[in-house]
Amino acid sequence: MTPNYGKELSAGAVLLIIAALLPFASDGYMLSIGVSIAMYTVLATSWALFSGPTHYISLATAAFFGVGTYVTGAGIDLLPYWVLLPLAALVGGVLAAVVGLATLRLSGVYFVIFTLGLAEMIRQCVTWFQNQQGHKGTYVLTDLTEAHIYWQLVGLAALVYLIGWLIQHSRLGFALRIIGDDEQVAAHSGINTSLSKVALFIVSGAVAAVVGAIIAPRYVYIEPAIAFNPMLSFQVVIMALLGGTGRLWGPLVGVIPFTFLWEVISASFPNQTTLLLGLSFLIIVYLLPKGFVGLLQKIRAKTGGFA
Amino acid sequence: MKRRTALKLATALAAMSIAGASFAEGTITFGAVGPKTGPLAGGAVVTHFPNIQLWKEEVNARGGLNVGGEMMMIEVIEYDDQTNPAETIKAVTRLATQDNADFILAPYSTGLNLAAAPIFDRLGYPQITSTATTDQAEALHAQFDNIFFTLGTNSDIVGDAVKILSDLRDAGEIGNRIAMVNVADAFGIELAAAAKPAFLAAGFELVYETSYPLGTPDLSPIMKAAKAAEPDAFVAWSYPPDTFGLTEQAIIEELDVKVFYTAVATAFPAFGDRFGAAAEGIMGIGGVNTASPEFQDYAARHLEVTGQAPDYWASGMMYATLQIYEQAIEATGTLDREVITQYIKDNAFETVMGTIDFDENNNNNEFWTVGQWQDGEFKGLASTGREGAVEPILKSGWE
Repeated sequence: MTPNYGKELSAGAVLLIIAALLPFASDGYMLSIGVSIAMYTVLATSWALFSGPTHYISLATAAFFGVGTYVTGAGIDLLPYWVLLPLAALVGGVLAAVVGLATLRLSGVYFVIFTLGLAEMIRQCVTWFQNQQGHKGTYVLTDLTEAHIYWQLVGLAALVYLIGWLIQHSRLGFALRIIGDDEQVAAHSGINTSLSKVALFIVSGAVAAVVGAIIAPRYVYIEPAIAFNPMLSFQVVIMALLGGTGRLWGPLVGVIPFTFLWEVISASFPNQTTLLLGLSFLIIVYLLPKGFVGLLQKIRAKTGGFA
Repeated sequence: MKRRTALKLATALAAMSIAGASFAEGTITFGAVGPKTGPLAGGAVVTHFPNIQLWKEEVNARGGLNVGGEMMMIEVIEYDDQTNPAETIKAVTRLATQDNADFILAPYSTGLNLAAAPIFDRLGYPQITSTATTDQAEALHAQFDNIFFTLGTNSDIVGDAVKILSDLRDAGEIGNRIAMVNVADAFGIELAAAAKPAFLAAGFELVYETSYPLGTPDLSPIMKAAKAAEPDAFVAWSYPPDTFGLTEQAIIEELDVKVFYTAVATAFPAFGDRFGAAAEGIMGIGGVNTASPEFQDYAARHLEVTGQAPDYWASGMMYATLQIYEQAIEATGTLDREVITQYIKDNAFETVMGTIDFDENNNNNEFWTVGQWQDGEFKGLASTGREGAVEPILKSGWE
């Protein structure tokens, strides 16, 4: 087993270096798509770290993302940029811990609804605070270019994969898989189920907050409606499910085709984007109920491969 | 049947590609990005896209633009950004690098324009905005050399509203009591934050003050409370849905004020259509010189070509930015973006909104700030240097 670890890690490192070279090869167009892919890869992978093994569907991504955006928005004039990223991770992590402790006892649809409401609740809190303060527009003016933002996201992706890989090979990962299969069995085996779930939720929340903090300079002007856009939460879930959550690389194989599909639709049918996106969802769910990971496994099984 | 459909499609595609090829010879490609879906789509289909359609049809009907002796037709490629800044950025990049657009029109709204500013800057396209208001023009200009602002600043929008009320009070027309509300969202908060100290400094008394979340469906408690405070003037820093909602409630409550002000969307033709005679005397953001023949002519053409009237605030400004491109391209006789940008910085332009002459921060300093519905038109009451302002009238009843 052990030699495989080195192989997995070095393969990951090579792919990472190739990904990091994109800004040198692109005229800006591929880079802007690359930023999308990198952003959704990080969000979907960190989402799947938590939701994959536990089967808890979280729609809180937009909440954490928005909080991170506002950490940069509020802090950019006060603190150096590089302090803001760990700060966003901290704020996102603490928020996830509070929310996790309060809600991870809830199961099924109750948890989904709560996380969906969370983004709206935080958005209202931010707005309320701004209203009290007599806020004057949040501008994030930096020298960071699209390439800088892309590299930060790729770096963060590497970190997320590393964390995911470490968790999978740790006692925590084992515990989570048992929880996912049967929570009661896990509890009876002496696993602290709520602590394990909260730990993973914190990772996922902190990562989404850092993504928001990295993206803020790209938007220049931050508004609550933009920072806490609920569409983001849904897109992350759809992309992760399209890829498949059973493998660490699953979300990535969902994000890439989804981003290109979205691009083709927006470029070719600017007046019917939402309609065609909805149709694609239906087709995807119908044809690929287990995502691309499931499809690959099916193909391997059929061809009598080594799956 | 299937085969026939496929055949038809193929024929259509072939025809399109041939048409595309023959056009490519002498065409100027303009890229247009804006929300066709999402929260801001409602505003963009009034203010943004119809002007592009109008301008394109007019220019092409007279044979195109004269670029150094060659008549070139205008082609427009439009994308929907879904009111999402990430999509705006992607669409602008796509227009520049994949569609090779000669020019890209500025997106819609403050937020989406600023999100696109770094990309316009990096790709070397001028960005002449018509639907962005900011108090940070100087800082933004320092960062993005080729961004232009035409619609004005929040501080002037508020300052002029306060001044109109002060003048009416000093003339003894209205009393001292103001009820002020705002929508708790970016622009509404910013305007209210600037207005409160300004009203107090002008010696007004704020007898009622509150805010409400964006999308509040029931505004009747707010209007009831405002009425109970017996104000002389009612001021709302509102967004389109609540501009309509508050006015609706004021009519129901028969709010007895001499000044009734709502912010965004008061200048929409739909507002006048909706409230008819009850709109008479309502003030709001924007305004134009409705007596100017240029504007009247523009409004008539807008109605004829697009089937809808322009709004009385940013529509004319949006069209003016298109006129700026038109004049800059014909005067320089080139499509070279650097030359065009420099020309726009250095020269003044005659537009439907009057002369536009950018200052050293690429900022247009002469814009309308407050308008009022009078005789079925939303007329400009105050501006920072435009001609044709009319005298304010007092609101008298809701019929």
